[in-house]
Amino acid sequence: MSALAPEADRPATRRRPARSTLTPASGLGLGIAVLWFSLLVLIPLCAVIVTAVDGGWQIFWATITNEQTFAAIRLTVLAAAAVTVVNAVMGTAIAWVLVRDRFWGRGVLEVLIDIPFALPTIVAGLVLLSLYGTDSPLGIDVANQPASVFLAYLFVTLPFVVRMVQPVLEELDTDVEEAASSLGASRLTTFRRVILPSLTPAIAAGSALSFARGVSEYGALVLLSGNLPFKTEVTSVRILGSVENNNLAAAASVATLLLVISLSVIVLLDVLQRRVSRRG
Amino acid sequence: MSIEVKNVSKSFGDFVALEDVNVSIGSGQLTALLGPSGGGKSTLLRIIAGLESADSGSITIEGREATSLPPQKRNVGFVFQHYAAFKHLSVARNVAFGLEIRKRPKAEIKARVEELLELVHLSQFGHRLPAQLSGGQRQRMALARALAVEPSVLLLDEPFGALDAKVRKELRDWLRRLHDEVHVTTVFVTHDQEEALEVADQIVVINEGRVEQIGTPDELYDHPANEFVMSFLGEVTTLSGRLVRPHDVQMQTAPQVPEALEGQVSRMLRIGFEVRVTVLTTDGQEIVATMTRTQARSLGLAEGAPVWVSHLPGAEGVDVPAHGVLAAS
Repeated sequence: MSALAPEADRPATRRRPARSTLTPASGLGLGIAVLWFSLLVLIPLCAVIVTAVDGGWQIFWATITNEQTFAAIRLTVLAAAAVTVVNAVMGTAIAWVLVRDRFWGRGVLEVLIDIPFALPTIVAGLVLLSLYGTDSPLGIDVANQPASVFLAYLFVTLPFVVRMVQPVLEELDTDVEEAASSLGASRLTTFRRVILPSLTPAIAAGSALSFARGVSEYGALVLLSGNLPFKTEVTSVRILGSVENNNLAAAASVATLLLVISLSVIVLLDVLQRRVSRRG
Repeated sequence: MSIEVKNVSKSFGDFVALEDVNVSIGSGQLTALLGPSGGGKSTLLRIIAGLESADSGSITIEGREATSLPPQKRNVGFVFQHYAAFKHLSVARNVAFGLEIRKRPKAEIKARVEELLELVHLSQFGHRLPAQLSGGQRQRMALARALAVEPSVLLLDEPFGALDAKVRKELRDWLRRLHDEVHVTTVFVTHDQEEALEVADQIVVINEGRVEQIGTPDELYDHPANEFVMSFLGEVTTLSGRLVRPHDVQMQTAPQVPEALEGQVSRMLRIGFEVRVTVLTTDGQEIVATMTRTQARSLGLAEGAPVWVSHLPGAEGVDVPAHGVLAAS
């Protein structure tokens, strides 16, 4: 089979060593990008950490081991984690319906998905309060309950996974699914072993955003949760409390801890995503 | 018979893709479904695989009624034009997919995958991802993946359509040899008549949802059933109301046969070893003849030279119906 030899020996892609490809123009672009990013993100972040460190290790430790603060952090992280899991499942399901199914009102649904993005969160809080508060017309009253935090997080983080998964799903070739089914895979197996690994990076990215957004939420839950210490008080409310008491070091300490938690979750999801999408 | 297609019809809305199609495909044969794009050949292949369902008619695979079976239960191998590779899995895992689904023992899967990668000359690429392979390599991987489950029939949908001409020709020869080694009943769809004539044992010509003719490459080329088959399988020219092959046009510099038409060489075009001569006859017909360069030289042909053209005795032709000539492929 010598006819195949020249083609068989030629790899389609070859790894190149990473090396700078900056031209003067792109160098200028990079400079502007870094400056912009520094002004908006890096400097404020450093300021927060510096403020936290300024107070000394003891204040930092005392703040984050404070029982009330710890309860707030625990509620925030657990609720955000639970919401992230729900979003990973529901967001994928909604994206699936939007991409694969043709039904009346699909266009409307497509627009409605983005409402949590567009609505000021305090307005969202008002809506949630009137629907799920003490005078709930639905008979569901979660006001002043930890569940209210969960509900508010769910509302504001809904679009993230949907919007990340949707374009990937649209690009997915149906012949890959057909190939799997002609090889004997059931619909479920095809989804688990062929479709899901392709979607995992998008689901992970959407989940990371959704977690980070949840952790930082304030407006949507502040009305419904009642901000009861040890019960419904979340970290953002706690930070505001510290700021109002002129205890900036404590506020910065909690903020720094939140930052570390969010960052670890994002890294964790990325690692998870790499493993799942390679396994199949 | 390995595959029996009986009275199959299929429409997509108003578009009739297949109309009462009957085809029998023998065991161990390599069959080409040949026809122009949109003629229904891919639809027929997908109906055989169960990826599409027929509106009416029946499909039997290896004596087993398969009309209502889902693709998972038909035991067919399917190869797609654009490879349909599982991008997140290595080449070896792609090939192993069907065996893993069938929960075969690990050692058996490993041995079988190695054997198949050997067969498709990808042994040293087992650990790569499909994206790191060339198009031809990816298609060979897809073929190994389809063969892994030991299908009773192998179906290929325009398997070389996305590849460049050179690789296509290599793979075509290779497919023929592979088939001689493996002997699985194989059906492939193509719109390239050269590919079909070169590779297939049997050709089914499909056009506008109907089977035009079924036969061996020689039968189809030498005895085309109608002007469509004649013009789709190769070049044609019209000589006195008959479609004939340009290489079957006899050209002389003096009137030697009574039915020869007098004309003038209007154009000469040399393509490699072949010379294509266009003759304008005195009664206004334009006839194309092809010959070797040596023949053209020995006749002393040049533009403007007087010639007499006639149909080579014994060569095939098809009468052109009154409504006109079909465009050659």
